[in-house]
Amino acid sequence: MRILNASGCLDALAAPEVARQLDAFVTKTVTPLPREGSAPPRIAETAHGMLNAIGLANPGRAGFLANNLPQLLELGIPLWVSVGGFCAADYAETCSLLSGIEAIELNLSCPNVDEAADSAAEIVSVCRQATELPLFAKLSAAHPDVAEVARAVAAAGADGLSLINTLRATALDKQLRPVLARGSGGLSGPALKPVALHAIGVCHEATGLPIVGMGGIETGRDALEFAASGARDVALGTVLFADPGAPTRVRAELATACTDACVATPDDARVLAKSPETVRKVPA
Amino acid sequence: MRSSASPSRHRVTGSERIGPYTLLRLERGELEPGAPGQFFMLEAPGRLLPRPFSLCLAPPGELAFLVDPIGPGTEALSLLEVGDEIGVLGPLGHGYRLDVERPLLVGGGIGIAPLPYLAEQLGGSPPVVLGFRTADYAEAAALLPGAEVVIDPVLVTDLIDPGFDVLACGPEPMLEAIAAQCPAAQLAWEAPMACGYGACYGCVVEIDGALRRLCLEGPVLDAARVRARVEAVA
Repeated sequence: MRILNASGCLDALAAPEVARQLDAFVTKTVTPLPREGSAPPRIAETAHGMLNAIGLANPGRAGFLANNLPQLLELGIPLWVSVGGFCAADYAETCSLLSGIEAIELNLSCPNVDEAADSAAEIVSVCRQATELPLFAKLSAAHPDVAEVARAVAAAGADGLSLINTLRATALDKQLRPVLARGSGGLSGPALKPVALHAIGVCHEATGLPIVGMGGIETGRDALEFAASGARDVALGTVLFADPGAPTRVRAELATACTDACVATPDDARVLAKSPETVRKVPA
Repeated sequence: MRSSASPSRHRVTGSERIGPYTLLRLERGELEPGAPGQFFMLEAPGRLLPRPFSLCLAPPGELAFLVDPIGPGTEALSLLEVGDEIGVLGPLGHGYRLDVERPLLVGGGIGIAPLPYLAEQLGGSPPVVLGFRTADYAEAAALLPGAEVVIDPVLVTDLIDPGFDVLACGPEPMLEAIAAQCPAAQLAWEAPMACGYGACYGCVVEIDGALRRLCLEGPVLDAARVRARVEAVA
């Protein structure tokens, strides 16, 4: 099991020593044009989670390729680039310009921008034509049937899935006004974990594709539960904010968690993974 | 940030009420106190995210932080007892430049927090002016003996002599008023912050005309660089 960061939860150029703990670094989402992002306040703590409405702040495709990408490659960490856009052609053009990286994650589910007009499968399909790099589709568990979306992107040529993105959510302040300037944001943190485990389980069952699991992982035990639900790798997000040493810590805890659960490796836990929809309790 | 390690654990060595505030003393351990105006992320017991605090005092073997219990995280920190342990990360960000000729320290409310350590590092007992909303809050002025103190509706900005090099910390309206009076002032800003090291992109303020992360650029910035867009939230 490899440990990555969730896109947008770490700046490898600002904190390279944190990124170096990871097996691969995933960039913040790159959009065709530069975006300043949402006005502050952008974050709010909630019960067992937090909201963010960063709004895909990024230097844009040209700025990223000219400035950020060369610096990121110099760090020597396997690199995934998260690609976003507002129509399939946006995504495809960025994909066609990327090289020298390990994989592309297609952000098909940012809760802080208006949804792309094209369907997830359409976007994956045109990106498939645009690049030979591995394509991971990052999906939202807010879809009524995420397994159906997973099947569609698999059929369109996705090499893997990133599950899950934050869920659109709102928090109110003492005066009953939204805390975030944008009104709503994406919910992350431990509150998301059960949602993620379910989505990973059904998508694993539906597609068998490699899955990078994320959503509230705080400990090695959490990571093992993601493996047992069908994730091949995991990504850390909100936990990095409180603990920049989390990748090293979680990796160490994972070994202990495997021993405690009587599995040799997280892969062994994954092999036993069953979709929550197909599990049948065996009477004792 | 200097290290990729998890926050180090620090034992509470004291917790003193000063008006509505709490002066939280922690065992220093291996942490450096850093430059005045730099900040530390303190684990807020029972909460998901740590909270940013500038260093208030650096007694031998200790680091002390002034806590204003305005929400669940700061309340939890103010209720810590001697012997409790919390995680601490820091020092982070950029503090005050100390190469000033005629320093004048200006604090508003909880903005007094970084000034005692700043005064100590400047040496020579620099003049200090402090403003508070009530006499209760003004008890914190005891942290800076000799400071001139005003209470609402008198404003601290009325006491600023423009001939001084102003180093200030306080609420945004106060900082904006100082920026208008003293464009060369060094101002410590505040913003909601999840990580303190540039990862969360939450703490942006308008710096040099664009939204930039306060944790990396500041929190202390030359007055001319910042334009406030939002109320400060602790």
